Amino acid sequence: MVSHHPSVNLALHLTLHESLRFINLLDGIFLTPSEACYYNRQASLRLRAAPRAASCRTTKEVSLVDLSLSPAEAAFQQEFSTWLKANLPESQRAASLQGLSEEEGLKARRDWERTLGAGGWLGVSWPKEYGGRGATAMEQVIYLEELLAAGAPNAVDALGRGLVGPTIIDLGSDEQKQRFLPSLADGTAIGTLALLEDSDLLGPDGIALTGAEEGGGYRLTGAKRFVHDAGVATLFIVPFRAGGDIVFAVVQSSTEGVGSRSHHTMDETKRMGDLTLDNVLVTPDDVLAGAGDGASALARLLDLAAVAVTAEMIGAMDRAREITTQYAKDRIQFGAPIGKYQGVKHPLAEMYVDVETSRSLLYYAAWCVQEKPQDLPLATARAKAYASEAFTRIGIDGVQLHGAIGFTAEYDIQLYLKRSKWALPAFGDAEFHYERVASLGGY
Amino acid sequence: MDFKLTPDEEAFRDEVRAFAKENLSPEARKSPGFLANWLKKVREKRWVGFNWPEAYGGGGGGIMEQVILKEEMAKAGAPPLGLCLMGLQWVGPAIIEYGTEEQKQKFLPDILDSKYQWCTGYSEPGFGSDLASLQCKAVRDGDEYVINGQKIWTSIASWSKWMILLTRTDFNTADKHDGITCLLVEMDSPGIEVRPIKNMAGGSLFAEVFFENVRVPVENLLGDEGKGWAVTVSALAHERSGISEVAGLVRQLEKTVELAKHTRHNGRRASEQPSIRRRLAKADTIIEGMRLNGQRFLTKQLKGEPLSSETSINKLHRAFLAIEFGDLALEMLGNASQYLGSEDTSGVDQNLWPNGVLDWPTVVIGGGTPNIQRNIIAERILGLPKD
Repeated sequence: MVSHHPSVNLALHLTLHESLRFINLLDGIFLTPSEACYYNRQASLRLRAAPRAASCRTTKEVSLVDLSLSPAEAAFQQEFSTWLKANLPESQRAASLQGLSEEEGLKARRDWERTLGAGGWLGVSWPKEYGGRGATAMEQVIYLEELLAAGAPNAVDALGRGLVGPTIIDLGSDEQKQRFLPSLADGTAIGTLALLEDSDLLGPDGIALTGAEEGGGYRLTGAKRFVHDAGVATLFIVPFRAGGDIVFAVVQSSTEGVGSRSHHTMDETKRMGDLTLDNVLVTPDDVLAGAGDGASALARLLDLAAVAVTAEMIGAMDRAREITTQYAKDRIQFGAPIGKYQGVKHPLAEMYVDVETSRSLLYYAAWCVQEKPQDLPLATARAKAYASEAFTRIGIDGVQLHGAIGFTAEYDIQLYLKRSKWALPAFGDAEFHYERVASLGGY
Repeated sequence: MDFKLTPDEEAFRDEVRAFAKENLSPEARKSPGFLANWLKKVREKRWVGFNWPEAYGGGGGGIMEQVILKEEMAKAGAPPLGLCLMGLQWVGPAIIEYGTEEQKQKFLPDILDSKYQWCTGYSEPGFGSDLASLQCKAVRDGDEYVINGQKIWTSIASWSKWMILLTRTDFNTADKHDGITCLLVEMDSPGIEVRPIKNMAGGSLFAEVFFENVRVPVENLLGDEGKGWAVTVSALAHERSGISEVAGLVRQLEKTVELAKHTRHNGRRASEQPSIRRRLAKADTIIEGMRLNGQRFLTKQLKGEPLSSETSINKLHRAFLAIEFGDLALEMLGNASQYLGSEDTSGVDQNLWPNGVLDWPTVVIGGGTPNIQRNIIAERILGLPKD
């Protein structure tokens, strides 16, 4: 028996208007044209070694839309990862730095920094004229990802080289570049950013520190909080309020009235602490006058910092995923590798989804740094927000999927859990950046 | 890493935009012959079957051009490029690759001209995710195949004139993927019974299809007997980045944001509520992540590298969003969300949302459940053992 809907044949039996309604029905309730091929895609996924016909049209090879690494970027990545394999000794890996005092940790990181320096891997983003490699923003992101993926500790002055030097290059006078950059480049100075105060609020609203004008310069009294490497830094970028704008100064630890100390931190390789300023004199020579509109310069600096942190996060979360995946292949329970069970393999698949999606968002943000600065705030906010949630989950799942052994200090996975805790609030947490996405999106 | 288009691609984008602008004005949309005109014009442009070879009436469009065309059309909220959805998506491509000359002459022009619908007889009651184990039986009898068995979840079966059907002609193969035979079956053949299945949203676009001694002439065999599994895969260079899907999702986000701006929830505007703002922003971020993931997949495809399992990433995001949008809207609407067909007071069609909450399974389950996608990623990409 044949039972059909009254209109068997769409275009023959329905008016065109009805057809449109029907298609809209498909579009809204059933499936959109692109979703309609799910069944087909699904079948194709299951076809082993799908034969590709010779009739397959060759695609244009000239397209510039290219989200793979360029040959130069791939070469850069290859060169650095090969170098890391050959030059990162067990004793200098982040895992080996646990339980050291700040001094011992500093020494170990100094050793690692010397190794990096000897290989020419410090200040990668700096122009060559200042002793850097002249790497692009994209290459800097690759550099951070590789560094973290290899389990390397931060160089003593990662922040200084990644952000302080470039800030001075951007905003400083020639005289200031001559004065500050060589010592940052050769490691005799350790630079850091002192942006946050008691409010822990990013941006101009978080800056209450106010400069009192004096002889063309300023007097500063107050404190900066959550300063990375505060205890060992010798050079601080300090934004403060003056004359209705934000002014940037370079403050050196040797200046009278400057005090600083680090706290013990959950991630021992990410020390943070306080900078105290007691009637500190900032001379006109120490003001980075090229800032122009200081609030805009601060906003850009915060975005660059968030991009850098996100790059570190993605290197770390990808490594955590890799370590946990390997463990799931090696660990036998109930007579099989635990990775065979969906309760284990599905969270690992989710990690992969999160890492790759974070990476896509990050690469676009890094591309915007130089190619489309007007999109940088939104691109950065999306990348840091998504990665912050993703890394939090990956840190926890990584330890949990290891079982009890993941709780031990001996296994590396716990380092990534700690790193995820450091990364969440660093330069804006998920809440902060999702709120930016909402505001920038006009709602 | 680069996100720019070539001058040729930019020119094509401009052409599509200009076409959409000219033909999709609000006045044009209201005119009585709108859809007919639209179909005629896009057919003349060869944008129906754009990825099909020109020799078969298609547009011969490259991967990048397909992306541009789909994306621009989605952004413009255009009607489909041809109404024969499954015919254009996979029946036509399968006939182009595996069909006889007679089959090509008989079927391809009708698909491009939106003459009638095709449906797809793949899933069976016992074999959904495990499709290759299908049991619908076909036995050769002279110049005919005789079919007995059942298909299920067959979308638009009631509206279709033809079906592309997977049957089993050999039950004794070592590998379940062998012994499958693909047949093209006319839906009014004696012995076919279609029973629509009502879904929880009230629609009944899919159906059960029963075959009792249905006789299909041998000339309707597509590909070789026993090699039907290969037929399910089109070798046409088919853009699979899912970027056009993103344009649709962006529209959905915009509608949801509109709703948030116009709806009061727990005593204040929903769009002022931090938890709502965060959920909207997260949806925005995932959509952007899908767009960029899609561009990375596209890059692989453009370079001729095989692309398969990575697309499961965006399918998982898509599944999340399909459920999230409906739930978010319902939360904002509060008790009013329970009325079906409630009055539109906000400039946003509120009835849209209750529907959305009930119809996500087509997106989330159709074509492989999220757990199947996770298995694919875990086993094919991460190399974890099969269970």
